[in-house]
Parts: sequence; structure tokens; C-alpha cells
Amino acid sequence: MFKLNDFKENIACITPSGEQLSYCELQAITERISCKTKPHQLVFSICGNTVGSLAGYVSFVNNNDATLMLDAHMERSAFEALYTTYQPHYIWAPEGFVVPKVASLVYAERDYQLWEMCANDTPVHDDLSVLLTTSGSTGSPKLVRLSKKNLESNARSIIEYLHITADERPVTGLPMYYSFGLSIINSHLLTGATLLLTQASYVEREFWQFANDNSFTSFSGVPYTFEIMKKLKLWKQSMPTLRTLTQAGGKLSNELLQFFMEKYNPQGVKFYLMYGQTEATARMSYLEPEYGLTKLGSIGKGIPGGHFSLVDDDARMIEVANEVGELVYEGDNVSLGYAECAADLMKGDENHGVLHTGDLAYRDEDGFYFIAGRKKRFLKLFGNRISLDYVETLLKDKLKESVCVGDDLKLIIYTTDTDYNEDEIIDFIVGRTKIVRTVFFVKHIDIIPRSESGKILYKELSVD
Amino acid sequence: MTNIEKYNDIFKKMFHVSDDELESLAYKETAEWNSMAQIALVAEIEEKFDLDFDTDDIFQLKSYVIGKEMLANKFSVEF
Repeated sequence: MFKLNDFKENIACITPSGEQLSYCELQAITERISCKTKPHQLVFSICGNTVGSLAGYVSFVNNNDATLMLDAHMERSAFEALYTTYQPHYIWAPEGFVVPKVASLVYAERDYQLWEMCANDTPVHDDLSVLLTTSGSTGSPKLVRLSKKNLESNARSIIEYLHITADERPVTGLPMYYSFGLSIINSHLLTGATLLLTQASYVEREFWQFANDNSFTSFSGVPYTFEIMKKLKLWKQSMPTLRTLTQAGGKLSNELLQFFMEKYNPQGVKFYLMYGQTEATARMSYLEPEYGLTKLGSIGKGIPGGHFSLVDDDARMIEVANEVGELVYEGDNVSLGYAECAADLMKGDENHGVLHTGDLAYRDEDGFYFIAGRKKRFLKLFGNRISLDYVETLLKDKLKESVCVGDDLKLIIYTTDTDYNEDEIIDFIVGRTKIVRTVFFVKHIDIIPRSESGKILYKELSVD
Repeated sequence: MTNIEKYNDIFKKMFHVSDDELESLAYKETAEWNSMAQIALVAEIEEKFDLDFDTDDIFQLKSYVIGKEMLANKFSVEF
């Protein structure tokens, strides 16, 4: 899939140590790794935004192995659960990562090591290329199965609508084991662009220093990233080479969206709001920046090569505007399916290009899609079917930050906002939802629990 | 509550530590002090002391000790 030699002397990546690798040099590294790796094996790749991690990924994809991308900081017990379930033949990990006792070292490159577990012989389907976790680093064994066709088609669509060319220089604010972060790697390596690889976090001065010193052109984040960027007042910092901001991975409040567009549009920076799921490799839709304010909060329209439709509870297609139904996506980037045990890695394509997203959405008169909530996060309160995501959306008009959990008896609002007390918050939400106030509870907390990639960890919020 | 009590309280609540552990608290060295905690911590200090940090202040605030010095020197908080 990756034809690195096509881009010869273009710079593939730059790191904070000042190391620059051309596409030919990166190709040479990947070939050295490939010679030590048998094809069609299961590899656990322990990811970081480093040359070693990147080279391993490219090498395993090109070598027709199946690679599970994992967070280097995941809980040990989560790693062990995945190891026991899937029995990988190889582990590609940074020095110091504790590997099982049976592993033998076959190769080392940069600060990365290739370990082989000869006794493990999990067969994988010929089409299987990359495996991604569905729940960040919580250790659920449920994985999304992706083929090369999935990866390449999604990357090509992204290249087309973001107009990615060889002179782009994205700085890595997202991890490689996360579908959004991986999509940035794929789309830029397929165009001969330059990845700015850093392990620093965007809350650190070093991150922005590195980005600016190397003339970064784009930065991508999840909603939480942009909340932090606002908090850090980063728009006041000079970023003369920045051209593009992209956001996906959940809904950014309209207030924040407007804020960023107003700060960045005058500087000539385009803000792309995008929508996707790991189940669709990464991306399903995007909003053209010119519609950012007139279609505020919309996820836009399907990516090139992709198509949306809406279906009602009886699986009938919704043709009219402004009626909520489940969002269904069709395209070559729809994953092969899930894996929950080693035997599932031999399965072929189960989705056949169609993904029921589980998100509820509507389409306006102009064909723009808007997410209304998540199908599954529903409570039935006194017979009212209510979406927790919808309540969260409503609360954004009142509270700076809040999340909701509940069961069929109560709905609990967790908030970090101390400007309002329980009664004031409940008055507001009862006014909007018209649901009896006794079902609502408010808990003030210091911090909303989130995964490394910024996703809310609902399981850590008690329903009692 | 004195300023030092107020300042200590923020850190004690955020990282669940006792008084004698405060001096050693630092970004990345303290397990719970990650990028998310950094932002929450900054917000809490701004609120409790009625301050408005700029970007560099937030980048700089990387330990309990540095934060205290910054509050005293730049924002004239008396400890």
C-alpha cells in the first residue's frame, strides 16, 4: 500500500531531536524490518509518535501482516488480556516494554524491538491488515478489523477533500493507535508529505515550539483538544505556517466551533469539522469550511466515494428533510467487521460496505447532515425515550462541561461547572426536556474522566 | 483561609496527597498529573485566586513549587 520510493528525497518525517528521514531512507528501514518478519502473522504494535513506531507500522502493512495498534501507556492487565486472547506471533515495542518470557528478540531498529513468540500461531485472514481497539485503552478485547482496501480508500478520500499535497506538514497531536491519528499518517504518507513526529503533548510548550520551528501546516484534535486550546489561549500565539485545523472524534459545542472559526478564519486558517468512526476506518463526512458558520454544528456531507442515508425504526429509508433516523454509511472504507476472539481474525468481510453507525441524525433541506444523538445511549424515563447525548447537547447551552449517565429510573448530570448549583441546573434541564424533575440528579466533580485520546470514560461515572 | 492553605488545598484535592507530599508534586512525575490534570489544575488556581493566566504561565506551571513562585512573583500573591 505504501510506495515510499515514489517520493524519493521528499522528507517523510522530522523528530524533535532534529532527525529527518527521506522517503527512501524510511523505505530502507521498513525493508530491514520486513526481512525479519514472516507475512500473514499477527503483530502487536506498541505505538508512540516516533520513527520506530511509524516504520514498524508501514513495514507490517506492506508485508501483509495483521497489526494490532496499541497504546504504549495502556494498563498492563489490559495488554495481558489482549495477549492471552489473540496470541500474537510478534510484538513491536519500544525498548523497556516488558514482553512475555517466551519472546525472543529478532531485530532492533532505532529504539524499537521486534520480539517473536514462536509458539503463537494465530492464523489471520488474507485481507486483514490493521486491528484497532474500540474503547481506547480500557482493554476490551473487541477490535475493529480493517483491510488495506479500507485504509487506502479512506486515505484517498481524505487526501481529495482536504487537498493534501506533498508540501503539507502535519504535527502529530493524536496517537497512532487511534483511528483519527492513523488516518493522518496514512493520508500524508500516500502523498509524499512530511510528518512532524513528537511525543510531546499539546499542553506543553515544546510541542508548539517543535511545530513552529518545522513550519507545521496542520493540526488535528478531538473536541477536548479544542477545549484545551481555548483554555491555553493558543490563538494568541503566532503560528504563521498553519493552514488547516481539523476536528473529529465527537461533537464540539457550537459555541466553541464559532469561537475557533472567528479566531482562525481571519488568519486564513481553514477549520474542517469532520465525522467518523473506527468502524469506517476513520472518516465518513466533512463540512466544507465555507459552510462552517451557516451550517454550524453540521457534520457536512459524505466524503468522496461515501454515501449517507437515514433509516427509521422499521428500517425504512427516510427521504424527507429534518426527520431523525439512524445514520447509515456506505463506502469502501467500511471495516470488515469486529473481532472478539482469535478465531474472528480468520473472518472475511461481514459488513459488505454498509455501516449502521448507531448515531441518530437528520438531513436539512440543503442535504447537510446533523447528529442528533447516539442510538444506544438512551434511557426510558417514565415512558419517555431520551438520549443521554441529546441531554448533554442541551446542557452545553448552560454548563461549560457536563456529561450524563443514568438508568431507567434516573439521569445523573456530572459537571465540572461550579457557576450553577443543583437546583439551577435541574430547573434548566426540566424546562428543556419537560421531564419530571425527580429523575434528575447533579454531581459536581473536579474532572471528567477521559481516555488518553480524550474520549469520555462513561463507565467510571457511577449511576448510583 | 490563608493563601497558602488555599493553594495547598487545590493540590491536595486534585492529587489526593498529604501536606508532606506537596513539595514533590510535578507534571508527569506525579502519576495523576497528566495533560488533563494540568488543565484542571490551572482552571482551579485561576478560579480560587481570581487570576487569568496567559499561555506561557500555563506552560510554565509544571510543579507545586514553580506554581507557588509564579503566583508570588508574577501575580503578587502573598504566602
